[in-house]
Amino acid sequence: MEKKDYVILAKEVTKVYQMGEVLVNALAGVSIKICRGEVVAIMGPSGSGKSTLMNIIGCLDRPTSGEYYLDDQLVSNMTDNQLASIRNKKVGFVFQNFNLLSRSTALINVELPLRYAGIIEGRREKAAQALESVGLGDRLNHKPTELSGGQQQRVAMARAIINNPSIILADEPTGNLDSKSGKEIMDLLLNMNKEFGTTLIVVTHDSKIAKQTKRVIELYDGLVKGKKKK
Amino acid sequence: MNLTQSIREALESLVANKLRAALTILGIVIGVAAVIAMLAVGTGAQDTIIGSISGIGTNLLFVFQGNLQQDIRNEQPLTVGDVLAFSDIFQAPHIEAVASIVSGNIGIAYEGKTTSVELMGVTPEFEYVRNYDLIEGSFITDDHVNGRASVALLGPEVADKLFGRREFITGETIRIDGQPFRVIGILAAKGGGSFGSQDNVVLVPITTARVRLLNRERDHVDVVFVQAIDAKSVPLVYEEIAQILRTRHRTELGADDFTIFTQDDFLSVAGTITDVFTIFLGGIAAISLLVGGIGIMNIMLVSVTERTKEIGLRKAIGAKKSDILIQFLTESVLLSLFGGIIGIIFGWVISAVVGRIAAASGTPFFPAVGLDAILLATLFSTAVGLFFGIYPANRAASLEPVEALRYE
Repeated sequence: MEKKDYVILAKEVTKVYQMGEVLVNALAGVSIKICRGEVVAIMGPSGSGKSTLMNIIGCLDRPTSGEYYLDDQLVSNMTDNQLASIRNKKVGFVFQNFNLLSRSTALINVELPLRYAGIIEGRREKAAQALESVGLGDRLNHKPTELSGGQQQRVAMARAIINNPSIILADEPTGNLDSKSGKEIMDLLLNMNKEFGTTLIVVTHDSKIAKQTKRVIELYDGLVKGKKKK
Repeated sequence: MNLTQSIREALESLVANKLRAALTILGIVIGVAAVIAMLAVGTGAQDTIIGSISGIGTNLLFVFQGNLQQDIRNEQPLTVGDVLAFSDIFQAPHIEAVASIVSGNIGIAYEGKTTSVELMGVTPEFEYVRNYDLIEGSFITDDHVNGRASVALLGPEVADKLFGRREFITGETIRIDGQPFRVIGILAAKGGGSFGSQDNVVLVPITTARVRLLNRERDHVDVVFVQAIDAKSVPLVYEEIAQILRTRHRTELGADDFTIFTQDDFLSVAGTITDVFTIFLGGIAAISLLVGGIGIMNIMLVSVTERTKEIGLRKAIGAKKSDILIQFLTESVLLSLFGGIIGIIFGWVISAVVGRIAAASGTPFFPAVGLDAILLATLFSTAVGLFFGIYPANRAASLEPVEALRYE
């Protein structure tokens, strides 16, 4: 078997939290391989370690032990600043509750990752382009409070793709939306995967969402339960 | 993230909480305004006092009877003989002019109006040595002195009180201590001095004052004003006078029975007093700046807690620790800088009002807001913002992204 191009490669990743006196094993040795361009759902009941795994995949947190490679870079023992830079360039987050800056316009929200990347020239144009691509070309200067939930999530998606990340990490992206705009968002995410080949990882409770992905990784008690291939 | 962006972002977040930002900077505004006003009033007071001391004359020395530091046996008064000795060019080559006076408080009257003034018995040299100008009339002459003439010059304040005007008074007759005196001239205004008003005076010939008004012994004088030929020779004149008086009074070694002040002595004493005054008030004002700074820290801490989720989001999309640190520091520095600028304007207004009030109550007094005070206030308020912003900003920057994102 030839070596595949894995965008995510986790080897025996564990995460132990200290909750007061008790040590909690949130992840008890998880190994995952995700190829470039794949669409994967991560499912599991609450307390299964789903969020912890997402935090580690998204480089928000470091594993207690094990190795984690993102885009062939060993992330598991990077410093905080290196992690920030990796998040900025390689990961696009889409959150359940959008997490937009409520005081700033859609354009400025989308620009934000470019600012932290230290890019000065052409930010505005790039951000406008990203908003155009999610169908919000006419809402550049609206503030989040002036947008519907679906539109807010589109802004968040534009923000996620602006730095051409290796993966898009969507945490319950449709959880706060009605079924119609939820479907639109999901279609848009899948569309991006098709168009740009960006790896899409969706963390969800919803089996309907999971059905739209090619692969589901189910977590249970901090372990991968089984890998269903369709 | 470059600087203009950080500033713009900080402004956005401050504008989002206008009332809170305004209340927060109030502390700094009051502090800076107080510092500026205190410094301005202090500088103004110093200028006025120094101005009035300089206005007494130039290169002057003041000779008094008695020794302020120690008790002297057989203390001798200053006499006309002493004054004549000062005029000896061989004993005192650096003296330009000498004017001796006797003085005391006395009541004067004109057409039923009475007032109390400082009466000075003077010689013709007084006009030159003390640098008096006349609005009208002429000064006391040697003839007046020799003849113990009943003539008087009025200070402008006295003219105001008795006549309600400062001109066309020459020739009128007033009563000093019940005796009639003819007014021969009016002095031009010199302004208030540290020795009381220099304008509430009546000048008469020294002989007249000694014999008919103040009852001094026939050749005694109270104060001798000595003018040196130039500023450099003031210390020389000091020694010359001291030598002459020691010889004439036959004093014991190291026990002078007279005291000599130079104008510089007065200036330095006045300078020290106003400096202490300024530092003291400025210190009180600085404390309120400190309190303002604590207010900023308090609000920034609240703001950090409130925006935990925002900080988490910023970190998730790639903000480094330093980015967050700079963001919050910029906010606190901007807060205090705005406070500083408003405070400077406010302090300037306060000092202008103080100046107006002083002018209205008869003391010409010009508070000066110097560039140094403005720079100091700006720097200090920025430093306050920086200092009190570091702790909240560091707290924001040290938040774990996972924890911060989860925060509700």
